[in-house]
Amino acid sequence: MSLWRQLTRGIRALTHPRAADEEADEEVRHYRAAAEDASIARGLSPAEARRAAQLEIGSVMAVREEVRSSGWEHMVATAIGDIQYGARHLRRSPGFAAVGIITLAVGIGATTAIFSAVDAILFEPLPYPEPGRIAAIADTGVDGEPLDVAFGTYRELAQRSRAFEAMAPFKAWQPTIVGDAEPERLSGERVGAAFFRALGVSPLLGRDFLPDDDRADGPNVAILSARLWRRRFDADRDIVGRHIRLDDSDYLVIGVMPHGFENVLAPLAELWAPLQYSTVFGPQSREWGHHLRMVARLEPHIGFGQARRELNQIARTPTPEFARVPWALLSQGLTVTSLQADLTRSIRPALLAVFGAALLVLAVACVNVTNLLLARGVQRRGELAVRAALGAGRARLIRQLLTESLLLALIGGALGMGIAEFGVRAIVALSPPELPRAAAIRLNPTVFAFGAIVTTLIGVGVGTMPAMRASRHDVQAAMQGRSRGVAPGYQRTRGALVVAEVALALVLLVSAGLLLKSIERVFEVPVGFDASHLLTMEVQESGQRFQSDSVSYRFYLDSIDAVRAVPGVADAAFTALLPLGGDTGTFGVHFERDPGIKEDGAALRYAVTPGYFDVMRIPLRRGRLLDAHDGPNAPRAVVMNESFAARTFAGRDAIGQRLRFGPEDGDWYTVVGIVGDVKQSSLDLGQPDAIYVPAVQWHWVDHLMSLVVRAHGDAAALTPAIRRAIWSVDKDQPIVRIATMEALLDRSVADRHFALVLFETFGLTALILAAVGIYGVLSGSVTERMREIGVRSALGASPRDIVGLVVREGMMLTGLGVAIGLLGAVAASRAIATLLFGVSRLDPTTYSTVVVLLLGVAAIACSAPAWRAGRVDPSVTLRAE
Amino acid sequence: MDELKTDVIQGTLDLLILKTLSLEPMHGFGIARRVEQISRGVFKVNPGSLLTALQRLDRAGWLDAEWRETDKSRRAKYYALTRAGRKQLEIETAEWTRRASAIARLLKAEA
Repeated sequence: MSLWRQLTRGIRALTHPRAADEEADEEVRHYRAAAEDASIARGLSPAEARRAAQLEIGSVMAVREEVRSSGWEHMVATAIGDIQYGARHLRRSPGFAAVGIITLAVGIGATTAIFSAVDAILFEPLPYPEPGRIAAIADTGVDGEPLDVAFGTYRELAQRSRAFEAMAPFKAWQPTIVGDAEPERLSGERVGAAFFRALGVSPLLGRDFLPDDDRADGPNVAILSARLWRRRFDADRDIVGRHIRLDDSDYLVIGVMPHGFENVLAPLAELWAPLQYSTVFGPQSREWGHHLRMVARLEPHIGFGQARRELNQIARTPTPEFARVPWALLSQGLTVTSLQADLTRSIRPALLAVFGAALLVLAVACVNVTNLLLARGVQRRGELAVRAALGAGRARLIRQLLTESLLLALIGGALGMGIAEFGVRAIVALSPPELPRAAAIRLNPTVFAFGAIVTTLIGVGVGTMPAMRASRHDVQAAMQGRSRGVAPGYQRTRGALVVAEVALALVLLVSAGLLLKSIERVFEVPVGFDASHLLTMEVQESGQRFQSDSVSYRFYLDSIDAVRAVPGVADAAFTALLPLGGDTGTFGVHFERDPGIKEDGAALRYAVTPGYFDVMRIPLRRGRLLDAHDGPNAPRAVVMNESFAARTFAGRDAIGQRLRFGPEDGDWYTVVGIVGDVKQSSLDLGQPDAIYVPAVQWHWVDHLMSLVVRAHGDAAALTPAIRRAIWSVDKDQPIVRIATMEALLDRSVADRHFALVLFETFGLTALILAAVGIYGVLSGSVTERMREIGVRSALGASPRDIVGLVVREGMMLTGLGVAIGLLGAVAASRAIATLLFGVSRLDPTTYSTVVVLLLGVAAIACSAPAWRAGRVDPSVTLRAE
Repeated sequence: MDELKTDVIQGTLDLLILKTLSLEPMHGFGIARRVEQISRGVFKVNPGSLLTALQRLDRAGWLDAEWRETDKSRRAKYYALTRAGRKQLEIETAEWTRRASAIARLLKAEA
């Protein structure tokens, strides 16, 4: 009840201040009139009565103010007044306001945009029930890095482990769908039956996979994503129970996933079918290939530590029931991490480093604005002194000044949100393709709250020191004005801020420089073939007519002939595995027993058509290349890469050695040639072992191969003609993933590039801000020292001396900042060490280049104030005093 | 005599106003005069404090205010005790009595 009155009366007083004032005035006037009446009644004359009343009451206005200022609305009114005053003040100095607002907007915008990515990727829980219980399980390679698991390993873990409620292997699957609409190649996954249970989601319609669906020769069943269901089947609820045609087979649709289901493991996957691997398999079958990923859900109350111990215990104790193969002995143990950590493993260091960089930019922006406010405080000494003389206490002045800096920060923050919106779009556009949860990066309430908190903290943070300083001035000295009134230590404070700014900028620039050098070094790594003028695409055969291997192989050879006939094409070939294409596929290698050969292993399988090496320009080191003579009935021949051959045969001649590749009961292949090493997954990763085998001599013909085309000129421009050429052979074959090899090269360094672009942007921003800071401080210093400069030149200092004086001051600040920044950069480089490649984090060239750059920019920033100081006319300045 | 007038003890002004208004509705000056008369001039009420207190009590819901003609046909703001105000007066009276008697006992013990 009383709260209601408080509120309504207060609001009325706020909205109708004049009426409230008048009411209070009238009450006071009546009080005085009544007092006068009473005095007259006691026998005083009217004049005496008036004097007595005057004495008792004092000023009507003072009483009214006392009454009016007791309500809560008074605080609000004062705050509004402060804001209006502050806004007027900002409007009156648009230059100062614009620089301050834009500086803060850039800092807040950058930080908020990066925070939105950091939050979505690293902090926001995965969109599944109890996401903390979902684990990613991987084999561990000899280098300690996670490695895809073999089905054999999965089978053993699924049988022996008790720590998991659900465990499922999965792999990518790209079936072609045909039907009423045009054929389309889909992205999907082949998964273990427990896949959706491991994630904790169940279908919207129909049923989940059952263990019985996932067996060799099990039924052809599929679950659709809601997106595919709507796109291809008009969200028809009767789809469950119907058959769809995938790769010329009928699949029974058994379920549809909910609309909100986000598959973080393969964001593009639109349908799922059971893996259907055999549980009985020999050591050389695909079931022992490292090609599956694995997701699992922990039993309730079992932690990751416990699960890790259990799985590693299993890894250390093989049982006869689950015989292992030499390349999947689990001798390095298993890698068990939370799914979130697994998804963000590669991006986390870059993201955190970039966030750190954004915070540094924000710090530089804050330092700059603090500097601006300090300078402002000096210019406003007179005004503040007048207010103090009129009775404003120091607390009142500080509140006024803080309101102004908050106002500046709020406008900057609002503008910063706009910048963040653009920034978020830029981040998503720039982000490496494998960036998990890119769709979740947006300005959501959490991000807004972050921006608002940062803005408020900045408003108070940048304002406090200048407000304390400005309000401390001695009234008398300030009102007398002139340069004598500059508080001692003021220039020192501003100088210290400039030093900080230069140091922060140096840290950012050194980091950006190291990343730039890393990316240059990555591109210097020989990729092993000539990537220029090379166009790549995946060609898939689908349809019953390709059941026969000879028909399949014919199609590839005919396609090559058709593509070679296209004007502008120099040569073309097919490979089952495209370097930098993002796929891997290794098979076991078994060398003919010979005491000199170390051990069996696994190698990437390049099943290629004749001419592949010429198209790619992979150099021959010894022996011969594969050619058209290596036909289906010719002796089996393979080519190895040089480092694999050198390691395996340890100085002995590899040519003529025999090996089995793939199925262990297969034919013996003879090594006929050695070629140069080729990077498969990315430029900055190690050299994998590779074996090249004629596609026609491989155990089966691949139904999906990559076409590589060497062009005379612009490779990308040939795309339509090449597509037409292939379709002239068979018009129903999907052609996908068309890209120039140069684009694939760029993509393989996408996460480096992502970090680099952001660091460069931030580094340049910090450099500009630091330059503005140096300029501002020197310029202020020259203005305040006009008199001193005038005296100096009157006493005979040449303009040259004066310029030297100013430049020396600026360069001393810069030099100090550089020295501190170097220490900071050395410390900060540790944070980006994992992002560096082929360059020491203490690389002297980078450090010295950045120092020279900073000194140069600082010199430019010094020159304008110095030039102005050099032109000071003593007679004018001294007279102005 | 004037020099002996004491400012109302901090915190008792509300009680004095409520008590005064419990007799009849009154305007600001009337309240001030009544407090001075009944206390035989011991308490002197400062108009600024009084009007501020009246605004506070009004907002607390203990008083209702109304503009009315006085017998001298001037417009004045009259204050009247509300039901909540009456209750508050009882509470404050009880509290004051409790304190006053405690202080009296203390002083007696000293003596």
